[in-house]
Amino acid sequence: MTMVPHALPPVPDVGGPAQPLLKVDGLTKHFPVRGTGFFAPKLVARAVDGVSFSIAKGETLGVVGESGCGKSTTARLLMRLIEPDAGEMVFDGELVGEELGIRDLRRRMQMVFQDSYASLNPRLIIADSLAFAPTVHGIPHAEAMAAAAELLEQVGLDPKAVLGRYPHQLSGGQRQRINIARALALRPRLVILDEAVSALDKSVEAQVLNLLVDLKRRFDLTYVFISHDLNVVHYIADRAMVMYLGKVVEIGPVDRIYADPRHPYTRALFAARLSSDPERRSVAAALEGDPPNPINPPSGCRFRTRCPLAGEICAAHEPVVTDLGEGHSVACHLADPASGHSEASRHG
Amino acid sequence: MLSYFLRRVLYAVPIAVGVTLLVFMLLHMAPGDPVNAVAGPDAPADVVEALRRAYGFDKPLPYQYLLYLGRVLTGDLGVSVATGRAVAGELAQAFSNTLVLALGAALIGFVAGIGLGGVAGWHKGTIVDHLATVVSLVGVSVPHYWLGMVLVILMAVEANLLPAMGMGSTPGEQLRHALLPVLTMAVIPTGIVARSVRAAVGETLEREFVQALKAKGLRRGAIMLHVVRNVSPTIVAVLGLQFGYLLGGSILIETVFSWPGTGFLLNEAIFKRDLPILQGIILMLALFFVLLNLLVDVAQAALDPRMRRA
Amino acid sequence: MDTSAVTRIPPNQIEATRSPGYWESVARRVLADRVTLVCLTILATIALAAIFADVLAPADPLKTSMAKRLRAIGTPGFPLGTDELGRDILSRLLHGGRMSLLMGSWPVANALVIGGILGVTAGFFGGRLNMAIMRVVDVFYAFPSVLLAVAISGALGSGMKNAIVALTIVFVPPLVRIAETVTTQVRGLDFVEAARASGAGSATIIRVHLLPNVLGPIVVYASGLFSVSIILASGLSFLGLGVEPPQAEWGLMLNTLRQAIYVQPWVAILPGVMIFVTSICCNLASDGLRAAMEIKG
Repeated sequence: MTMVPHALPPVPDVGGPAQPLLKVDGLTKHFPVRGTGFFAPKLVARAVDGVSFSIAKGETLGVVGESGCGKSTTARLLMRLIEPDAGEMVFDGELVGEELGIRDLRRRMQMVFQDSYASLNPRLIIADSLAFAPTVHGIPHAEAMAAAAELLEQVGLDPKAVLGRYPHQLSGGQRQRINIARALALRPRLVILDEAVSALDKSVEAQVLNLLVDLKRRFDLTYVFISHDLNVVHYIADRAMVMYLGKVVEIGPVDRIYADPRHPYTRALFAARLSSDPERRSVAAALEGDPPNPINPPSGCRFRTRCPLAGEICAAHEPVVTDLGEGHSVACHLADPASGHSEASRHG
Repeated sequence: MLSYFLRRVLYAVPIAVGVTLLVFMLLHMAPGDPVNAVAGPDAPADVVEALRRAYGFDKPLPYQYLLYLGRVLTGDLGVSVATGRAVAGELAQAFSNTLVLALGAALIGFVAGIGLGGVAGWHKGTIVDHLATVVSLVGVSVPHYWLGMVLVILMAVEANLLPAMGMGSTPGEQLRHALLPVLTMAVIPTGIVARSVRAAVGETLEREFVQALKAKGLRRGAIMLHVVRNVSPTIVAVLGLQFGYLLGGSILIETVFSWPGTGFLLNEAIFKRDLPILQGIILMLALFFVLLNLLVDVAQAALDPRMRRA
Repeated sequence: MDTSAVTRIPPNQIEATRSPGYWESVARRVLADRVTLVCLTILATIALAAIFADVLAPADPLKTSMAKRLRAIGTPGFPLGTDELGRDILSRLLHGGRMSLLMGSWPVANALVIGGILGVTAGFFGGRLNMAIMRVVDVFYAFPSVLLAVAISGALGSGMKNAIVALTIVFVPPLVRIAETVTTQVRGLDFVEAARASGAGSATIIRVHLLPNVLGPIVVYASGLFSVSIILASGLSFLGLGVEPPQAEWGLMLNTLRQAIYVQPWVAILPGVMIFVTSICCNLASDGLRAAMEIKG
């Protein structure tokens, strides 16, 4: 790795390459919602419900799912922008909240948001926006400003043309590069990209994706890449995690999941994707309707109301996570021969 | 809709309770021993003592407030220090006199404001539009107590056409007496209603659905109907609020024209330090305003289903 | 990567490339707006005349003269006539402006600080604190503003200080509401989340990220209250609840001159003209400011 001059030194590795950078166990967030009826009881939306996964050092984990499946809430829970109701997070061997404080966690983990304009303070020039986080962590203002110029070069922008500007004077692509630079200003080890390229024009999106790949290598980063665009995830991610209504339904290496999706939801999701290959026409039925309300999710398997293969067992019991080997696992009764699903053997 | 109505009523209850609390506190904001404010300056010592016990002035404030709330709920607003009569009785006549002014001013102001604002919003940039802008500006900028004086000078002193003050006794006389104060009061709502209607109509006309209706070749009358339907919830809210302001803000105009309404009574009460009357008027007008806001919200919800979710 | 290619830009050079800021652009737009400029000039003139009333006034505003009562406009020595006690109207208008402007602006300034702090607090921290503050504000909204002002100053008794207290109480609730609304909007924006994600504390976030983005709309709203405040303050004095005689104040002058409308009607309405002009200019200037602020950046 090339040494990048910077005001903040990178946080050193603790547990070695074998130890996961982040291990998440049973992450849960239920939002209270007010009913609309007069005598409506207090309800909760199960936005994120017992999500567990781990991220290896240096990998990119893609997170996919329809809007409302809990992707963004998961991102905010990881950053502790919202407090989880339950669950544990271990960052490079340190338990978050006990061994590792929230402030220190936020030095190690940063986030890039979807809306490039809303993520920059309209009253600050770019230099001040980039210098803000380092000054919060005790870097003198002058040094942070100088580092801001270097960061801009790292993300492919001309510091002289950008530093003194306000966000509205720049293009969406430029702003998103600045947001990436800001996330890097603290020299984090993990960067969460929450639909970070989704709002960009296709040509700009490709450039920014390449920049992300480049930066990952240069800064020795680990990514959580949240997107609804399956092609983009295929391109950038090493592993993919599929979420549905606040639950992880399938997780595994991108190549395996894309070649052989095992959860009916993943299959439906991929079937809805447009293929550039005329030989590969979509044959499976695409998803119909919207996901059910997370306020009152279906019993048992949450996907059963839209699943073409749902059996009696799916309404009665929540499927357990079945390990399919090579890091691929799925939460579906069909994949579990012991589940009692009538078609488990054929599909499993 | 019923559920919205119930929720809205339930929301008004704590506000009404808050209003009674604030009006109760007025007595304790006044300098001096509150019992003197209730008993009056010349009351004999035994009367003062009886009152002190009846109002609980020797007890802590929360207890006094509960006593006050209990009296208010049974319709007992106390006794006027100046006249010795029940406050509730004094209020009734004054309120009906104020209502005459407020209704008259509302009628004139709302019709003029909606007409002016509607035409201005429909024909942006025309003479009528500029007129509406000027009228709105004058409406919100003019000290109406001064405007009342100017009208008196013009119509009563110089031209000797209308009486300058008082109310008169026969209905015909009353009408002549009411004309100047009503006209003066109507200026503010005319301006504000014109401004709101102009803005609402202008905005609606620029909305995509209206553009689509125009593109479809719909007649002007039909488009106007769509516009009216879309602006009516906003306008209802403005009208309700303005009517409340007319009722509650009549004190200055009634003082200028010596019109024996709640405002005039309030002004008298302040200078005679007649706090029971002061409290009674404020309480009644504020509660009426709470009720008015409730009705406006319900009317809005009836006109616009989206409001019901709020 | 070749680190020698990295250019170090010293902070003073960054300052040199700084684009004109938001307030600079707003100021430029205000200066280009003729109506607003004229209004601001008139207001400045009135304010300066009031401040330097001691020097400018041709006569003692309190000096009465039974012999020279109710002279017409244009009387030699009394360019704007005299009042019912023979006092020089021009001198009283100049001195009265001092009281009227003070009573009009002080409550708005008070309310801006108190209401701003309460509203930003409610908006930023949300939850129960927000509930508590906003429900109290709702109660004050149950009173038409004139009624609330009269009720409080009526209970407190007449006097300038009480009138200012009453008007402050009238203007705090609307400012709390506007500050709360704007703060809630800004707080939900991603750059505030990003600032939290950088590990900054609430105080820093409010200072650097929140206030610069919410102050504009709050100040514009407050500027719109000046005209109302001038009218209400003079109204309270007109009712005898504000400034006490023999002091000069436009509303109070209007009240005492009421008996003179049959003798010198055009002299009697002069204080009202001053209130009207001030209030109209305040409204137009506030509208101009609002329009100038509707730019990005």
